[in-house]
Amino acid sequence: MIAFLLAQTIAITGGTVYPVSGPKIDNATVLIRDGRIAAVGTNVAIPAGATRIDAAGKWVTPGLIDGAGNMGLREISAVQNTNEGTLRGNEVAAAFNVAEGINPASTLIPVTRIEGVTTTLAVPGGDLIWGQAVLIDLDGTTIEAMVAKSPVAIVADLSEGAKSAGGGSRAGVAQRLRRVFDDANEYSRRRTDYTRAQMQALSASAADLNALLPVLRGQLPLIVVANRRSDIETALRIAREYKLRLILAGAAEGWTIADKIAAAGVPALVQPMDNIPGYDALGVRYENAGLLAKAGVKVSLLETQTENSRNLRQQAGNAVAYGMTWEQALRGVTLTPAETFGVGRDYGSLEAGKVANVVVWTGDPFEFSTGVEHVFIRGKEIPLRSRQTELMERYKTLPPRY
Amino acid sequence: MVILCAAGCASAGARAAQAPAPAARSASTDSTSVDRAQYPSTYKRHPNPPVVIRNATIMTATGQEIQGGSILFRDGRIVAVGTTVAAPADAVVVDGTGKWVTPGVIDTHSHLGVYSAPSTAAESDGNEATNPVTAEVWAEHSFWPQDPQIPLAIAGGVTTIQALPGSANLIGGRSAVIKLVPARSVQEMKFPGARYGLKMACGENPKRVYQNRGPSTRMGNMAGYRAAYIQAEQYRRRWDKWNKDHTGDAPQRDLRMESLAEVLRGNIFVQNHCYRADEMVQMLDLAHEFGFKIRSFHHAVEAYKIADILAREGTAVSIWADWWGFKQEAMDGIHENAALVQQAGGRPVIHSDSESGIQRLNQEAAKAMYSGRRAGIQITRDQALRWFTANPAWVLGLDSIVGTLEPGKMADVVLWSADPLSVYARALQVYNDGWLVYDRNDPAHQPKTDFSIGQQP
Repeated sequence: MIAFLLAQTIAITGGTVYPVSGPKIDNATVLIRDGRIAAVGTNVAIPAGATRIDAAGKWVTPGLIDGAGNMGLREISAVQNTNEGTLRGNEVAAAFNVAEGINPASTLIPVTRIEGVTTTLAVPGGDLIWGQAVLIDLDGTTIEAMVAKSPVAIVADLSEGAKSAGGGSRAGVAQRLRRVFDDANEYSRRRTDYTRAQMQALSASAADLNALLPVLRGQLPLIVVANRRSDIETALRIAREYKLRLILAGAAEGWTIADKIAAAGVPALVQPMDNIPGYDALGVRYENAGLLAKAGVKVSLLETQTENSRNLRQQAGNAVAYGMTWEQALRGVTLTPAETFGVGRDYGSLEAGKVANVVVWTGDPFEFSTGVEHVFIRGKEIPLRSRQTELMERYKTLPPRY
Repeated sequence: MVILCAAGCASAGARAAQAPAPAARSASTDSTSVDRAQYPSTYKRHPNPPVVIRNATIMTATGQEIQGGSILFRDGRIVAVGTTVAAPADAVVVDGTGKWVTPGVIDTHSHLGVYSAPSTAAESDGNEATNPVTAEVWAEHSFWPQDPQIPLAIAGGVTTIQALPGSANLIGGRSAVIKLVPARSVQEMKFPGARYGLKMACGENPKRVYQNRGPSTRMGNMAGYRAAYIQAEQYRRRWDKWNKDHTGDAPQRDLRMESLAEVLRGNIFVQNHCYRADEMVQMLDLAHEFGFKIRSFHHAVEAYKIADILAREGTAVSIWADWWGFKQEAMDGIHENAALVQQAGGRPVIHSDSESGIQRLNQEAAKAMYSGRRAGIQITRDQALRWFTANPAWVLGLDSIVGTLEPGKMADVVLWSADPLSVYARALQVYNDGWLVYDRNDPAHQPKTDFSIGQQP
């Protein structure tokens, strides 16, 4: 028993530690015990028998959190039978929780985590209301072992992509969303009438309306995809009307009304390298993340391409190149998404008591020259192997060794 | 040297890829279309003063990284590169202290102008998906010079692209080699003297698009290429004979066959979208059967599995640093692809196939280089630089004209804010043929397309 406990104790020593919750600490120790961070600092007593990881000359940060994608829900996007993220045939899929669609054996998971991304949001896709997003740690043989929080939020779409669910008009989308919210409140007030079929037909199923009640009570955030300025303003308006805890996703033209978003206290999920103009957002630009952060918006940075979620650090580096401070960007891939997704007490920084998702890097995590030396998820060291490293080993010298 | 005749040589160079035309004859009243200029480049170098960039780190793509270096270019041509460069009195002096200089970035695989922004059906002009073989279509006839994505690519340091038809078809049509300069017509952007490429595509895309009419299988794909080239062999023979003896009526022109006959003559380069190693080997067999070369495989996520074969064949690979997994045939992509191809003596190119990725080919090359190094493959900085400069120039047949910083080469030059292999580097100035087409700190040199005027907040 003692041996077992000691095996769970890991001391990462001598590195430059970026706790995110506070300033960097040179030559510090991060002590991990039983899956949690036990201590961080320069005067940490290392228990006898602890596994020591020498991180001298290395950088130590929290594991990165990508608040986007379909990790576990999609093996190959173009192969339909490997996709689990969308509930077809229901435009108001509020009750659709993606957790049981997650495949813990997905090959994308090792590919992603060995490059320092330890936690991702598994986001459904859909029409008007997509369903419930779930936060997962990228280790575990069962769904239960992976889920960090479920649900994190319900996801709705006010962008161009939702127009067909609104009869082809943005106004229709907004009106339909309000009607669904009103019906959810009506359903909540008159459950007995509903059961006795003494109500007019509602705009969504009882299960979906019921699932929206935590959102309407302010207990569960609503992530709203909106990119055009007017769509962001519609999201802010609806959030005010229904007293919602709003999280903006996309927010491509957010920089044009950054002060307004900041004043509303609404956090934003932004992909920094988006800058291709479309009719959904002609004003999209690289500087968006930096300008939003400067105005005081809590900005989480995204890599939306599931299979390349590992490029989150490149997104962050580019956010810095185009105006974010380095500290804002690091926070934007760690503590800010943790707080935004309601797990700030357990994730996103290196502090005693938090879940031990820790990465040891050879240098600045945003630089291409930097490699990953160690990854810990929930205090367990992850072998730096994936299907891709194995393919590389097989073909490193030709002809291959079969 | 082609630079000497940027405008004058344009039509002659372009015509080189236009046979079946006979040796140029003066157009007379009885001449026919085949005797006349075929959509020539009207590109003209923009007049500009000489420029000298001083005290920069100059990465030449010829093996040198010169600290405290200077580069002088005038009349569109690089005059001198080194630590002591004398500049004429009228030269514009740019302080390169703390900055880096590289050749202009070249992308062998772009759909700018043919899949323009905003992405709408109205501007979806990249796939003539009406027949599996459409060698008769030319990307330049779709190309929209006002695509607002063009200035974004320029701001990423890109000076030359190959605009390709899409990959719906077995044989998708001719590519256009384009200089990224503001212009009213594609003719004003066509790289003078550049050859055409012919887009061919393997695998999933053609068999998916044509599953109802065929090909619907990979073996159907192969049969489709072979049938087309068998027909082209006959067409070529007929025209070559007529071009030689001019007896009787000229054969009937067939645009589809003209493109394929030019491949058989070696005048048009095959640019082959192909993901899987085994399919690339099939395509090499096809090329052997008909006696042509595949200049570059494109996407080639499994190139590392046959790096030795590719090196032996002299076929380049235009690849991504890390795209994988978005379709079945892309499942085996790995970070070390470019490095392993380089190690085997092959010719890797980092391409984009993306309006977004084209803006940071330097970053993608850096990613691929450092991934290789971490796997123990010692890629040099110069090799990584060549992945997005000199090697793509070779794929386009322009390596004697662009792709390196050497006296006599076209003055396609980028000034970077930092080491271009760093995530934090941004292109500060971009010179295309000596013309300052982009300056990050000067709105007067930030091109804007017509589309963007009055549109963006």
